Amino acid sequence: MGENKLRAARPLSPHLQIYSPMLTMMMSIVHRLTGVGLYFGILIFAWWLMAAASGPEYFNFVNDLLGSTLGLIVLVLCTWAFFHHMCGGIRHFIWDFGKGFGLDTVELMAKIGVVTPIILTALVWFFICQAG
Amino acid sequence: MSYRTPLSNVKGLGTANEGSEHFWRQRITGVANLILSVFVVFAAFQLAGESHSTVKQFFANPLYVSLAIAFVLSTTYHMRLGMQVVIEDYVHNEGSKILLLILNTFFTAFVALAGVVSLLKLSFGA
Ligand code: HEM
Repeated sequence: MGENKLRAARPLSPHLQIYSPMLTMMMSIVHRLTGVGLYFGILIFAWWLMAAASGPEYFNFVNDLLGSTLGLIVLVLCTWAFFHHMCGGIRHFIWDFGKGFGLDTVELMAKIGVVTPIILTALVWFFICQAG
Repeated sequence: MSYRTPLSNVKGLGTANEGSEHFWRQRITGVANLILSVFVVFAAFQLAGESHSTVKQFFANPLYVSLAIAFVLSTTYHMRLGMQVVIEDYVHNEGSKILLLILNTFFTAFVALAGVVSLLKLSFGA
C-alpha cells in the first residue's frame, strides 16, 4: 500500500498532553481502556468454556488456575472493567438521546460512573465468596 | 460549488461510503450486552468455582445456553466494531492499518466460534 505523499499539511487538533487532566476526560480514556482490556479479557471466558467442553479433567485444571490468587486478581479486575465499561456505555446512551450535556450533569454522571462499578464489583464478589 | 453528484446526495453517505451503520451497530450490540449482562451475572453466581457436572447441567438448559450464545455473538460483534475504531484512530500507516483490521476480524470471529462451539458441545453433552 503506498502512502499518500500529497497529503496536505493540515493543522492538527491539540493532543491529549495539552490538557490538564479532568475527571470526564479520564472517564473517556478509561472507557476505551476497559473496552480494549475486555477485548483480550474475553479470552479467559472463551478458554473456560472450551475447557468445560473438553471434559472434567482439563476443566478442573483451568478452574484451579482461575481460583488461584493470581487468577482471582485477574477475574476481579475483569469484573471491574466490565462494570466500568457498562456504566460508561449507559452514559453514552444518555448522551445519544441528547440528554445530560449540562456541565454539572456531566460531572455528576462521571462521579456515579466511578463509584457504581466499584460497588457492583464488590457486591458480585461478596456473593460469590458467600456461596463458597 | 459542490462536487457531489445527485446520486451521492441521495445516498448521503459521504466520502467513507458508509453512513451511521457502524455507530448504530455499536449501540445495538451495546444495548444487547447491557441486557444480557443480567444473565451473565446470574450465570456467574451459579457457576463460579462449581464442578464440571454443575456447569454441564446449567448449559443443558436450552434457555441458558441460548442466552449465553447470544451474549457471545453480541459481544464479539461489539468488540470487533470497537477495536476497529481504536485501530483507525491510532494506526495511520495504510498497510499496518489494513493488516490490523483483518486480524481484528479473525480474532473476534475465532472467539465467537470457540464460544459457540463449546457452548453447543456442552449443551448437547460433552
Ligand atoms: C456491558 C455492556 C456494554 C455496553 C453498554 C457497552 C457500550 C459501549 C459503547 C456505547 C461504546 C461506544 C463508545 C464510543 O462511541 O466512544 C463501546 C465501545 C467499545 N466496547 Fe463496549 N459495551 C459493553 C460491553 C463490552 C464488552 C463486554 C466488550 C469487550 C469484550 C466491549 C468492548 C468495547 C470496545 C473495544 C469499544 C471501543 C472503545 C472505544 O472506541 O473507545 N464492550 N461500548
